[in-house]
Amino acid sequence: MFDKIWSRHVVAEGPGGHALLYIDRHLLHEGATHAFGRLERAGRSVRRPDLSFATADHYVLTSPGAPALDAEIGAMIESLARHAAAQAITHFGVGDDRRGIVHVIGPEQGLTLPGITLVCGDSHTATHGAFGALAFGVGSTEVEHVMATQTLWQRKPKVMRITIDGRLGPGVGAKDVILAVIARIGAAGGVGHAIEYAGSAIRAMSMDERMTVCNMSIEAGARAGMIAPDETTYAYLEGRPFAPKGDRWAQALAAWKALPSDPGAVFDRDVSLDAADIAPTVTWGTSPEDALPITGRVPDPDREGDPGRRRSMQRALAYMDLAPGTPLTDIAVDRVFIGSCTNSRLEDLRTAARIVDGRRAVVPAWVVPGSGLIKRAAERDGLDAIFRRAGFDWREAGCSMCVGINGETARERERVASTSNRNFEGRQGQGVRTHLMSPAMAAAAAVTGRLTDVRTLGR
Amino acid sequence: MHAFTRLTAVAAPLDLPNVDTDRIIPARFLRKPRGAPGYATFLFHDVRFNADGTERPEFVLNRAPYRGAKILVVAENFGCGSSREMAVWALDANGVRVVIAPSLGDIFHQNCFKNGVLPVLLPGEVVADMRAQLHAMPGATMTVDLEAQTVTPPSGAAQRFEIDPFRKQMLLTGRDEIALTLGEEAAIAAFEARHAAEMPWLVV
Repeated sequence: MFDKIWSRHVVAEGPGGHALLYIDRHLLHEGATHAFGRLERAGRSVRRPDLSFATADHYVLTSPGAPALDAEIGAMIESLARHAAAQAITHFGVGDDRRGIVHVIGPEQGLTLPGITLVCGDSHTATHGAFGALAFGVGSTEVEHVMATQTLWQRKPKVMRITIDGRLGPGVGAKDVILAVIARIGAAGGVGHAIEYAGSAIRAMSMDERMTVCNMSIEAGARAGMIAPDETTYAYLEGRPFAPKGDRWAQALAAWKALPSDPGAVFDRDVSLDAADIAPTVTWGTSPEDALPITGRVPDPDREGDPGRRRSMQRALAYMDLAPGTPLTDIAVDRVFIGSCTNSRLEDLRTAARIVDGRRAVVPAWVVPGSGLIKRAAERDGLDAIFRRAGFDWREAGCSMCVGINGETARERERVASTSNRNFEGRQGQGVRTHLMSPAMAAAAAVTGRLTDVRTLGR
Repeated sequence: MHAFTRLTAVAAPLDLPNVDTDRIIPARFLRKPRGAPGYATFLFHDVRFNADGTERPEFVLNRAPYRGAKILVVAENFGCGSSREMAVWALDANGVRVVIAPSLGDIFHQNCFKNGVLPVLLPGEVVADMRAQLHAMPGATMTVDLEAQTVTPPSGAAQRFEIDPFRKQMLLTGRDEIALTLGEEAAIAAFEARHAAEMPWLVV
């Protein structure tokens, strides 16, 4: 599948295995401001504004009222709106219900399609690979390059297949799958690779779940992650605002059905996991690879043979203020964050609401929907009422506390149960300690005040 | 972009694996324009400085022999995580021109090339040995020669490294990649016409 998409987008061959790759969709957020500025100063313009789409997600506050914390952050949001207007780029801005996290709204609007190349100046662009697209994150200079030329010079990566066969147990979801994958291959395991996820457990997943899996490919080191399109994919896309219609839809569908990897396709690396072996999973350290089943204990660095790994474990435990041997379910949390491009879609909110319904959050807890449309849909289902009754803060769409770039961070030394994707030092605020987990597990932590095996709450 | 040809400079070792770009430059600095006052202080800010702005003496770049190092010798998966190119801008603002590693985050790796910072990949044991030499001889210099594709550590035993010829040429000349690609305009336009005919459903 990867090779089929790659070869159909090569504009020119360069030296050293480089290809000039055509980009079908370019998604933009406030961070593109720097690239727009350089483009403008160079006297260049966006070559294909019709293939570029912008939204404000990183810098926008998710509390009602003023969109930005201060003038400097406000300027980032205004600058994106100004540049998008000047270049005639469709912009889902503040006040538009279609606004939301760039990796949530791309699929939601039908901009993300099978077989396309899609880039965005954000490392979680792999999310879109859930549709059988080649989607990857790029830096600011590459954003500017796509703006000016609609292409990128890329060297073809290797391709790794990760097969997950079998059935997931109760209380186990897509987030647990990807955390288990990262724990298995390591945070550098996918460096230099695109990952194709396959197997019956992946095929059984909804699009929301597949997006969660592909989203965290970068946490496994891979710039791109992808899943072959199938009936689930087509059913999700049909009728979306920017998806093809009528004859175009029929034409597209015929082409998409030829995209999946051929039987017997050879991969540079093959990894397999048994779905039945995956438990609800949480991180204990400061790298996404520091993940364990919730039934486990904080590991002991002294039992680690590799000296480099031992040092980083020691440092992680010092930062996380955890003692080796502590049962993970003994770890008390100060705050819960349900949101981010990993887990802010309608199904994520439904799953969390099922756990929360009729209970009370015992620590401050936020729900930040991935888009304005998801927020409205959740409200139609009454999810907001469930969360509010439980004492959760029901907020506006945005990246929020996943990255804290809008100023929404936790307090120093706070411990956060978070459905986001990174538990790096300082990620959710200086000195803040992050434990990554699924929406169900974060909801469980909110109502118990500690890391909790959601399976013990009986829903 | 500045060109890179050859450099002899003080090198500093960073031993921890998986140093992410959030650690290299915290998110709150990303809105600052490149070259803003104090940009150099954003590099490793939260591990390099205390809350009151004083330096943490234990951090390698705060130790006298390694201060002003232009070469970093790092561990596995340095620059993983966020695509923020500001991580490279912050290195550049501190004069860092070479990062030697067993592996680098893929996006960070690309971002280095775009900013005249040379990423050098060598086997883990070779890089670990270089870091050990730098610990044993604080303030020692290393030489990196892009044309010859060699790194010479303090021990004097030059190591050859591989680099993609396209990226090598771009670095040696400091050429603007966008200008280069705009030279392919005819090919891009021809591709667009063909692509629109093959996949008409992509038209928005």
